[in-house]
Amino acid sequence: MKYVPAIGLEVHVQLLTKSKLFCACRTDFGAEPNTQVCPVCLGYPGALPVINREAVRLTALAGLMLDSKIASFSKFDRKNYFYPDMPKNYQISQYDRPLCLGGGLAFETGGRTRTVRLNRIHLEEDVAKSMHAGARSSVDFNRSGIPLMELVTEPDFASAQEAYDFLLALRQILVYGGVSRCNLEQGNLRCDVNCSVRPETRSGLGVKTELKNLNTFKGVFNAIEHEAARQIGILEGGGVIRQETRRWDTDAGVTELMRSKEDVHDYRYFPDPDLMPITLSSGQVERWRSELPELPRQRRERLAAEFGIPAYDAGVLAADKAVADFFEDAARLSDNPKAVSNWVMSDMLRLLSETGRSIEDIPVRPAALAALVKLVDGQAVNMPGAREVFEELFEKGGDPAEIVRARGLAQVSDEGALEAMAEQAIAENAKSAADYKAGKTAALQFLIGQVMRKSKGKANPAGVREILKRRLSG
Amino acid sequence: MNEEKRGDCSRIDVEYVARLARLDLEPREAELFQRQLTQIVEYIRALQGVDVEGVEPMAHAVAVENVFRGDVPRDGLDRDAVLANAPEQDGEHFRVPLIVG
Ligand SMILES: [Zn+2]
Repeated sequence: MKYVPAIGLEVHVQLLTKSKLFCACRTDFGAEPNTQVCPVCLGYPGALPVINREAVRLTALAGLMLDSKIASFSKFDRKNYFYPDMPKNYQISQYDRPLCLGGGLAFETGGRTRTVRLNRIHLEEDVAKSMHAGARSSVDFNRSGIPLMELVTEPDFASAQEAYDFLLALRQILVYGGVSRCNLEQGNLRCDVNCSVRPETRSGLGVKTELKNLNTFKGVFNAIEHEAARQIGILEGGGVIRQETRRWDTDAGVTELMRSKEDVHDYRYFPDPDLMPITLSSGQVERWRSELPELPRQRRERLAAEFGIPAYDAGVLAADKAVADFFEDAARLSDNPKAVSNWVMSDMLRLLSETGRSIEDIPVRPAALAALVKLVDGQAVNMPGAREVFEELFEKGGDPAEIVRARGLAQVSDEGALEAMAEQAIAENAKSAADYKAGKTAALQFLIGQVMRKSKGKANPAGVREILKRRLSG
Repeated sequence: MNEEKRGDCSRIDVEYVARLARLDLEPREAELFQRQLTQIVEYIRALQGVDVEGVEPMAHAVAVENVFRGDVPRDGLDRDAVLANAPEQDGEHFRVPLIVG
């Protein structure tokens, strides 16, 4: 019998705000432990929370980008539980009246477009971070109260790959919209996964397990692969799946039991009397809608149309907003956008991935790339030389023409000099010259290489080719 | 499954509530709280006699909405002061008995 998985995601996304959700403490990553705290986020009795308007706007923005309905009425509830990461003994969340309802996201996976439905998006506060060592846990409250939006999908994913591709597309949109940085290393995006399997021939959903502790996309992928296989193995062996919460162990590559259904949490939600409800007029929602940024799909189409670059290029460039911004700035300053696109797609992306840096943190400016393209087009420097210039720009920034001068990379196009070098190369390599004349065209490439060496790489290869061909055809 | 979770509000399952609150009750305490909480539920039960047909549930007792603050950050408290009253700390963190789960 063949089994099909049904997978749903709960994605917690840190919103891009300067201050926390209910207090003015900073949200900066990497601060000294317990230095971005106040009576509200430390959970002191009597301290009163006040909603950060920007967190509401960003959540609504995400909802609008994901085709959700923005609730005209929404409120906060207390989710009660007892754990040292939440000293007031409840987390402020939204239970039955979330900010955004429904929606969906269309994304590319396995060569086709899939749409996964969203159930809701709600706003909640993050909890403190606890680190366990020996018989004690250390607690840092810097993260306590940081605004998170939780996106809950319907169980629409049929494979780990689909869930993975969805997360990539979701991150792209949220970064484009300025909703979140979605920096996984800084824990900006964390996932819980609901996973069940059912026989292909049957409708409805099987018993599901919940997987916790997933903070990388690869982790989500691996955990689903493993958990679906585990469930299918149990069913094929005649066993039953129990509803339970499991933890993904990255090192061991397995899911392990955290708690069974009997211990399922009973959070006793009730409306938080410290917080007033939120009402959003349709006028307000429409104003936000009109401020929506351009989304990846639209950008892809516009880049191709506006700069006349191939659809493939547009897709690669638009995948990352910062890369697309860089390309667009450089292409506007250049009359050869395709060459700009080639530089960004090849040398730029390669160097970024090799150095692990982000395009916002490197010194090369879009104007410098446009200038470099102009130097190449004007034959002031050949491609190998231009690559050298680009690498220096990438490291230190600067003016391409200046770097060409300083490094002595100016292309040798002087006919007399090239003729002399070609003559010399032919004299020194009589056999290759004879081979070429006898019809071995590959020999020409060798001779071009010899001339390039004599010019220390600065000759114009196309010019050298012409000169050699002319000389050898006589 | 306890009675309370089945929706019978006439009796509170003190043992279950204590477990949720991570409280270890002596049998004597459980008995005392059982009596007291049952009385409290009885008081509240009077509300069930009120006719609420057609009345919208309220989210808040005060008719105020949209109380917001701007996204303006402020420096946190001094850490020494924050940790001063902790039963146990290491100069940077609060220290608590190990709990995982
Ligand atoms: Zn605070």
